[in-house]
Amino acid sequence: MAENIRIEVKDVNFYYGKKSALQNVSMDIKKNKITAIIGPSGCGKSTLIRLFNRMNELIPNTRLEGRINLDGKNIYSSKIDVVEVRRRIGMVFQKPNPFPKSIFENVAYGLRVNGIKERKYIAAKVEKSLKNAAIWEEVKDRLSDNALGLSGGQQQRLCIARALAVEPEVLLMDEPCSALDPTSTRKIEELILDLKKKYTIVIVTHNMQQAARIADYTAFFMLGDLIEYDVTDKIFTRPSKKVTEDYITGRFG
Amino acid sequence: MIQREKVYKYIFAGLAFTSLIFLIGITIVLFKEGLPMFKEVGLFEFLGGKYWYPTYEPPDFGILPLILGSFLVTLGALFICVPLGVGSALYINEIATGRQKTILKPLIEILAGIPSIVYGFFGMVVVAPFLQELLGLPVGQTAFTGSLMLGIMATPTVCSISEDALSFVPKSFRYASFATGANRWQTLTKVIIPSAGSGISTAIILGMSRAVGETMTVLMVTGGAAVIPHSIFQPVRTMTATIAAEMGETVLGSNHYHALFAIGLILFLITLIFNIIAELISRRFRIKLGLGR
Ligand SMILES: Nc1ncnc2c1ncn2[C@@H]1O[C@H](COP(=O)(O)OP(=O)(O)OP(=O)(O)O)[C@@H](O)[C@H]1O
Ligand SMILES: [Mg+2]
Repeated sequence: MAENIRIEVKDVNFYYGKKSALQNVSMDIKKNKITAIIGPSGCGKSTLIRLFNRMNELIPNTRLEGRINLDGKNIYSSKIDVVEVRRRIGMVFQKPNPFPKSIFENVAYGLRVNGIKERKYIAAKVEKSLKNAAIWEEVKDRLSDNALGLSGGQQQRLCIARALAVEPEVLLMDEPCSALDPTSTRKIEELILDLKKKYTIVIVTHNMQQAARIADYTAFFMLGDLIEYDVTDKIFTRPSKKVTEDYITGRFG
Repeated sequence: MIQREKVYKYIFAGLAFTSLIFLIGITIVLFKEGLPMFKEVGLFEFLGGKYWYPTYEPPDFGILPLILGSFLVTLGALFICVPLGVGSALYINEIATGRQKTILKPLIEILAGIPSIVYGFFGMVVVAPFLQELLGLPVGQTAFTGSLMLGIMATPTVCSISEDALSFVPKSFRYASFATGANRWQTLTKVIIPSAGSGISTAIILGMSRAVGETMTVLMVTGGAAVIPHSIFQPVRTMTATIAAEMGETVLGSNHYHALFAIGLILFLITLIFNIIAELISRRFRIKLGLGR
């Protein structure tokens, strides 16, 4: 295994019941890089990243073939604790989904469920995570307010803070900006670029400009097939496949 | 076309307001027939009086034994319907497979559909003698027997409303919880139950209100002794059972008659308060989960 690879996807097929959602996907996700997943709706982007933190297991009747390695270890092996995988690989969802708890408790949640009790440590960690998610200044005076009272953009950054609090190694983001206005989107993009220093980031996006702006690598999917995966620059300027070019220039889907 | 729509509108408005008319009518009658009692006996004397001998000469109109009877039976019923109802709701929502769900839910609804007289009959013929034997009691018809029957009767109410509350908790909370590394138990106790908490409280209060108002069953299984109970294994008489048992024998317009109405009035106020609390809590619940009013 090469040093700079965090996640290896090897010959993955995935099925919802009998319906295949991913076929023969193999790709390496590089450490401390931003990898964008693009492709038309229904091509399997969400399915792929949900495989990385084993969230697809919550959906009944699904089946996975092939393997997915995190730092060289198969995360689907029976020896691996799924809770550990999810702690190491954080996730931010398409729609902001804070708990109906206080802002503080939302961020502290991951620490508490991981058995951390020490108050000072939790408080420090919550503050640090909120700072890392670039929302500290906006909420520091009302940490005990209900998180559902925040704006959509703030809620999404709170969810990022919640994911960061447990110090994951990888951050999965499924269209994190799709419900947000341009200002919030820009804030989150800046944040993602900043987080790259410490985290490996995989982001699903429908926004070509966004992928071009922030991603180091871009993978293009169609109907469950990985069509092309390369350095973002190359995908957007000299794609090697005709379909990729058609998609990014907006000639379809 | 527009004419027709107007007609529909009035028909439905009329139907909707019919129930309101009944509510107002009932309230007026309760007050009109119940209030004269308090000219005879003071409110506190009525509520706090220890003796209920409405047909003696002179009569005693103290309903404390009846209030305590209702209270005891209802409290006991809560101890049964809360664990059963909330527990089954959790099971149905969290653990049961699709097949189990399709069997369990209708089954519990059937339980709700059984007429209360059938529960009473069953309680009288089967449960009371069984408890008498089992616990070595002088009589089988006790507050406990009533609690047991009412608890089972209120279980479907508690279960189905709790189940609704649990299923209203957005899936996204669950995903968010799992994604931060919580296990199933933590997700349930730290996210799902607190999120559904006020909905579950509503369920419990409505179950309670059902238990307080239930008549036929308690009349048949609690023994009917209008004395202040000292233990749950004694016969008691509830407010509802008193009205049902005595209304047929009173003289229209007599003090006894007004006393029974006054009991009805108090029952009405109690259940009204329960329902208002339930409504307030459930409104807060919907706001909390962002479901609107
Ligand atoms: N829970 C599910 N049960 C059954 N089929 C599913 C489920 N989730 C996704 N699918 C199917 O799998 C395929 C891939 O879905 P997926 O959600 O991964 O697509 P996507 O690329 O994320 O699409 P979008 O851009 O619309 O979010 C689709 O055909 C979809 O219908
Ligand atoms: Mg998707």
